Amino acid sequence: MHRLLPLPFFHVWSYLQTQPLLGLTATLVTWELACFVDARAGHKPITNPTVLSILFLACVLLITGTPYAAYFTGAQYVHFLLGPATVALAIPMYANWRAIRTHFVAISISLTAGSMAAALSAMLIARALGAPHEVVISLGPKSVTTPIAMGIAQNLGGQPPLTAVFVMITGIFGTVMCTPVFRWLGIKDWRAQGLAAGTAAHGLATSRMILLNETAGAFGGVAIGLNGIVTSVALPLLVGLFGF
Amino acid sequence: MVRAIMILLLCQLAGTVVQQGTGLPIPGPVMGLVLLLGILLWRGGPDKDLHDTAGGFLKYLGLLFVPAGVGVVTELQELRANALAIAIAIPVSTLLGLGVTGLLMQRLSRGKHHA
Repeated sequence: MHRLLPLPFFHVWSYLQTQPLLGLTATLVTWELACFVDARAGHKPITNPTVLSILFLACVLLITGTPYAAYFTGAQYVHFLLGPATVALAIPMYANWRAIRTHFVAISISLTAGSMAAALSAMLIARALGAPHEVVISLGPKSVTTPIAMGIAQNLGGQPPLTAVFVMITGIFGTVMCTPVFRWLGIKDWRAQGLAAGTAAHGLATSRMILLNETAGAFGGVAIGLNGIVTSVALPLLVGLFGF
Repeated sequence: MVRAIMILLLCQLAGTVVQQGTGLPIPGPVMGLVLLLGILLWRGGPDKDLHDTAGGFLKYLGLLFVPAGVGVVTELQELRANALAIAIAIPVSTLLGLGVTGLLMQRLSRGKHHA
């Protein structure tokens, strides 16, 4: 697009691409617009503001020919806050600590079973459909929160950037599908809903659970941390066992 | 609010130092989470400042995933080459993960409602 611009605009555009201002502002403006659309649509799973924002910004980058690195110059300030936000999950976990401690055995069994079912089925299906080795391995940790998933993929010989994309697709799909799935299967317990959302679709689905119910959000937070630990220990064993 | 952000960052920093020092596969922020939880259980609950600031972060958790998600534009070629495998593997495995975890948890935690 920049080649079509008159010269003064081209200078402004080129300058802004080297600065954090445009990427950061675009992220926040898009988020506010997405929240507006989501509220207007009555908070449907499909109008999740995260999903809308990602799709919209990805299209903007592709149409304007903006490199992701130029966008990330600004967006990194939002991205950085994922770290302290992960630590902040300790507060709802503390508030629900008694429930978590009481159900610790149930949590461990359900989470490990669900986590392994998701990782194993993803890798088996991808291998059966002819995906190359690095794609199969990169799919393994896709239910885990992004920073942990990328580390696991690296250790197992996958491609961390590809894993980050799979994590995001899983999160979007899980966020959109969790409420309908819980309804179909008759899962009404908030603890079970939160744990399942956090185990299968990490922080993205948990962010939806936090808005629905505090207990569900806390169990989602537990699931994000525990699934990160469980997957980093168990996935190498599964990969060895099934010869991926 | 500044003090609460400082506490969150200090926990993340401590977690990251431990992770880098030991080479454990668990990321720094997750260890920071465990550390903060440990402190809260030991010293008693968060004060209003920390409680509100953490709530503010978590309310906007969805926004914080946007920059990483937009990274999808860098992997379009690989995604296109394996579109069918990915389009089946991710939905099926995610539904399995949601169903298995949710059903097991609901079954196993039943009868302990007022714990």
